[in-house]
Amino acid sequence: MAQKEPSLVSEQTVEGDEIIIAEQVQKWYYNQFHALRGVSLSVRRGEVVVIMGPSGSGKSTFIRTFNALEAYQKGRIVIDGMEVSHDVRNIEAIRQEVGMVFQQFDLFPHLSVLQNVTLAPIWVRRWKRAKAEEIAMQLLERVGILEQAQKHPAQLSGGQQQRVAIARALAMQPKVMLFDEPTSAIDPEMVREVLDTMRSLAQTGMTMVVVTHEVGFAREVADRIILMDEGLLVEEATPTDFFNHPQQERTRQFLSQIL
Amino acid sequence: MTHSSPSTSPKSGIVTWLRQNLFSTWYNSLLTVICLVGLFLGLRGLLVWAIAQAQWGVIAANLPLFFVGRYPDESYWRLWIVLGIILTLIGISWGINQRSERLFNRPVLVAAGVVAVVILFLPLALVPRLWLLAMLLLLLAGTGLGNRFAAQGNWLYLAWLLSFPIILWLIAGGLGWESVESDRWTGLLLTLLTAVVSIVLSFPIGVLLALGRQSQLPVVRLLSILYIEIVRGLPLIGILFLALVMLPLFLPAGVQWDRVVRAIAGLTLFSAAYLAENVRGGLQAVPPGQVEAAKALGLKSPLITMLIVLPQALKAVIPALVGQFIGLFKNTSLLSLVGLVELVGISRSILANPNYLGRYAEVYLFVGVIYWIFCYGMSFASRRLEKKLNIE
Repeated sequence: MAQKEPSLVSEQTVEGDEIIIAEQVQKWYYNQFHALRGVSLSVRRGEVVVIMGPSGSGKSTFIRTFNALEAYQKGRIVIDGMEVSHDVRNIEAIRQEVGMVFQQFDLFPHLSVLQNVTLAPIWVRRWKRAKAEEIAMQLLERVGILEQAQKHPAQLSGGQQQRVAIARALAMQPKVMLFDEPTSAIDPEMVREVLDTMRSLAQTGMTMVVVTHEVGFAREVADRIILMDEGLLVEEATPTDFFNHPQQERTRQFLSQIL
Repeated sequence: MTHSSPSTSPKSGIVTWLRQNLFSTWYNSLLTVICLVGLFLGLRGLLVWAIAQAQWGVIAANLPLFFVGRYPDESYWRLWIVLGIILTLIGISWGINQRSERLFNRPVLVAAGVVAVVILFLPLALVPRLWLLAMLLLLLAGTGLGNRFAAQGNWLYLAWLLSFPIILWLIAGGLGWESVESDRWTGLLLTLLTAVVSIVLSFPIGVLLALGRQSQLPVVRLLSILYIEIVRGLPLIGILFLALVMLPLFLPAGVQWDRVVRAIAGLTLFSAAYLAENVRGGLQAVPPGQVEAAKALGLKSPLITMLIVLPQALKAVIPALVGQFIGLFKNTSLLSLVGLVELVGISRSILANPNYLGRYAEVYLFVGVIYWIFCYGMSFASRRLEKKLNIE
């Protein structure tokens, strides 16, 4: 284990600036529905990219191909120098570097908050329990859930659960964080605490790809915004350009519906 | 906690409860009276019979037969030690379970005292009475021990696991001890032995079959489905006949499998197929998001099954699993039809004794009560377990 860490660092410097490279990714569901019709995207280290678009546009499917929760049939995806392939060992290595936060939180209901956060570091990273718990407590403090560490997920509000889910993903010390509509299943008055957590995470320099409908968050935090529609990337722009001077007719139409 | 309500004194508590629940309105009172009269009329015959007509001498005279059958007298002490080990472990488990409560309060101590006095005056020889007293002491000591050292609770699983071979060794002998042949394991001893071993063995097999049925590998999946569907299509009595009567015909001469082992194998293989279907229900109840979240953390799929899916799946099907175990326990009575003398078998042989001709009602009622005590015990334990898991 001790020898592995430096080699990863050297890989980083060789690989250069782009931590996610997706080239012409195509996906069919059941060999029929063409969900992704050739989407390309590259994300630099420390960048925050927000993906917007109507439901069914393939945005969730797209980011789920990054950690192989969805398979893709054509194109190429490289995460931190590792190609997302069918090789199981490769996939597991990539998943250790890519944290993900889900719409429905998907915390493990039979484990306490602390156990949710320490599970992967103990079983995947093989850390000692004491070390895992120490780091977990730091993360829980960072997301503001420290007092609830011994509770079970069902005893927390939606906003608190989502912040635990963020801490759980961060506990693996990932290089990239993916957010799949993290506030869509949360009561409106709790959305803000989750967005604040994500905002402060962005300020630490974490690379983030966020699928969301939160316009305020996108405008304020994103370095780039992408609009997807019908499995294609429609527009890619800085927040200012995206909201004030959209180039595509489809983008103007989308913005008129959500603003 | 403040006790402000007047219902804390037991007497007024009972009266209040009766008034609130049974006599709250005139028609409620009427219903209560009608039910009581109905109950009395229905049970009067049984009560009169049990007190006045039944001849319970057949039970008292054959108590050792019911419990340990033809186990040699001079080795009874080994079974007492087995019972002592089990009761101590039950006590420790209970003590750990009740860790937050004060255990030895006055009602508990009074109850223990009453039980001790009852044991002392039981119509038994002196030695079994002393053994029973020792059992009570072990139960209490175990409870105290568990309560005192609740923090070391994880050792308990190891203790239960280790007790298993030790108990088998105590019963069967061998390894330097005088061995007791398996045809002398009879009565309730055999019922418990076959039931417990079958339950313990069929559980992991059932879980593996359920996982196999959902496997990505077609061969594993097909074999699992084949096994489950074939066994579920056969009656248990048929499987037991196969194992005990027909198997020796197929085996080469000289090859002998112990009859008890064959009986346990039959019960286990039968029960595993049903367990597999129950567990499968639980597996399907775990939301797919759980597996995705675990995958996204980089967990390998065996770990996902062990740490995420199975704990949730098994918790969801505890009532069904316990129902299955209770069924298995009662199904051991079928062994009496294939020549194993377990609790029902020993009852039949007692009834065949000319001295006890026609004592069917007494014997089968007694046997029924014994079955009920164990089944209710399992049911009670499972409800405690569910409650504990729901709180956590």
